[in-house]
Amino acid sequence: MKNASTTQSPSAPPSSADLEPAGLDTLYAIETPEGIDLTAQVAGPVPRILAYSVDLFYRTLILIALGIALAFAGNTGIGIWLLGSFLLEWFYPVIFEVFRGGQTPGKRAFGLTVVNDNLTPVGWGASIMRNLLRFADFLPFGYCAGILSMTLSRHFQRLGDYAAGTIVIYRAQSAKSTALPDVAPAPPPRGLTLEDQQAIVSLTERAGVLSQARQQELADLLQPITGKNGEAGLRQLYAIGHWLLGARQSRDNRDADKQGGNRQTGQVGTEARTE
Amino acid sequence: MKQRDFEQRHQLLWQQLENWLAGYQKNVVIQASADNSPPQIEDIPAAYRRLCQHLAVAKERHYTGNLVARLNQLVLACHQRIYQQKSVSRSRWLDYLFEGFPAALRAQSRFVWLACALFLAPALVMGFGCYWNDALIYAVMSPEQVMEVEAMYDPGNRVLGRERGSDSDLMMFGFYIKNNIGIAFRTFATGMLFGLGSIFFLLFNGVFLGAIFGHITRVGFVTTFYPFVIGHGAFELTAIVFAGAAGLRLGHALVNPGNLSRRQSLREAGHDAMKIMYGTFLMLVIAAFLEAFWSSSTDVSIAIKLLVGGFFWLLVITYCCLAGRRTAHGESRT
Repeated sequence: MKNASTTQSPSAPPSSADLEPAGLDTLYAIETPEGIDLTAQVAGPVPRILAYSVDLFYRTLILIALGIALAFAGNTGIGIWLLGSFLLEWFYPVIFEVFRGGQTPGKRAFGLTVVNDNLTPVGWGASIMRNLLRFADFLPFGYCAGILSMTLSRHFQRLGDYAAGTIVIYRAQSAKSTALPDVAPAPPPRGLTLEDQQAIVSLTERAGVLSQARQQELADLLQPITGKNGEAGLRQLYAIGHWLLGARQSRDNRDADKQGGNRQTGQVGTEARTE
Repeated sequence: MKQRDFEQRHQLLWQQLENWLAGYQKNVVIQASADNSPPQIEDIPAAYRRLCQHLAVAKERHYTGNLVARLNQLVLACHQRIYQQKSVSRSRWLDYLFEGFPAALRAQSRFVWLACALFLAPALVMGFGCYWNDALIYAVMSPEQVMEVEAMYDPGNRVLGRERGSDSDLMMFGFYIKNNIGIAFRTFATGMLFGLGSIFFLLFNGVFLGAIFGHITRVGFVTTFYPFVIGHGAFELTAIVFAGAAGLRLGHALVNPGNLSRRQSLREAGHDAMKIMYGTFLMLVIAAFLEAFWSSSTDVSIAIKLLVGGFFWLLVITYCCLAGRRTAHGESRT
């Protein structure tokens, strides 16, 4: 969809932020009261079914353990067991969702979280609602209605999610700041477009993630820019990436930089309010 | 401004907010050691607004995905923390009990009456039908089931209700909780299918219970049957009707969303329905308790049981009709 529209109007500016929700993306975006767009990744049916299976396993395990423990308590034991199975059936997810930040053990295992559709934590009402309606999702058998609803809906909501106004998102991984390759920064050539710059920067940032061979391959594509081949070309790209991220001079030739001293001492404190 | 300068300049604020968040998550260990941990922030909302601005700036300036993702995650975590909904306080529970629940029923009176009719009409038809016609009960139940029901309320029995190997009230309590509340929850949940499920369960229960009432009365087990059912029936039957009404509210929101989108309309219906369901759940617990520990006891005389049962009916009906009148016409409480 997006591609079709851009090819029709080549003069249109390139789509800006890489986090903007595109046609087929599973990003969920809301605008907070502070006026910024907040995004989260919506979880699809497969991880949710797997998470449910894990929870089902735990529940069964608890029921079996409870059954063994109460086997010698006679009818009283049966009564307690029935009570326990009732609570597990209807309130097991509710308790976890309310007290453990939207995560049942199964959801935790797959990094999923239930939140309200304004990305706030679920409360009692929403959680009880979506779990009571689980029975409607179950119909006619084996969660057919729920899976169908998830597949058809834009944000993978089952029927209970619709009524309670909740979504299931991936809990954001704690983003680690990746170590950049140790290369002295170098100024980029003139005439790099914004997209080129972004591409080079993200290549630099992914130095630790991509395989060496793949990085070489990508660097060789940019031979017209760097003018070097193989290892040297890749190092040149790293250097440009460093420069674009804001690094200016390596320690060896800092004195060659005319304004280097000013930058180090003056800026950090005084300009803080200007943005 | 280059990204590196930007990061260096605001790093401290981000770390402070991360620390603040970590303080609230019991399962997250605070990594920062004592000596280099940044000081706590005083004004969280202000810090949060600055963080939001940083995210906007980072996006606007096309800083790298890593940084934007990190800021987005931090904003999301703070957002969740700051806009967390208040937990229910004790006084709100009392408010709900004395005003909110009956007021919610009154607000949805259309659906309550409709559910009542869907339950009572087939119950009355089948009740009188089975009383007059010996064979009608076999239209809804197999002969074995009929025998079972008859055996349950045979005055010759030592205990009342369902057959018990030993008279453990607690076991029956567990059974009634699981079975009856399950029925009510299903009656509600299937309202999601355009109300059809709720209608089905209301009709089905009406037909079934009506048939049993008629048949048992015809057979003449009245001295055991009515004292047994009257007590908990006040809570149980009404609760099932209320659960059906909540389900019908959901179904109606889907069938006829009015000016709203179906999604919005369903959200509002869900909100209304939950107000009814809390009370319904409570009534069913009371009913299960009564059924297990009071209705089945053989020590109490029939007259007292009928009297107390009648009192329960009066109590439930007056509660539903009179409680919470004050707020019913004023602003609707949530």
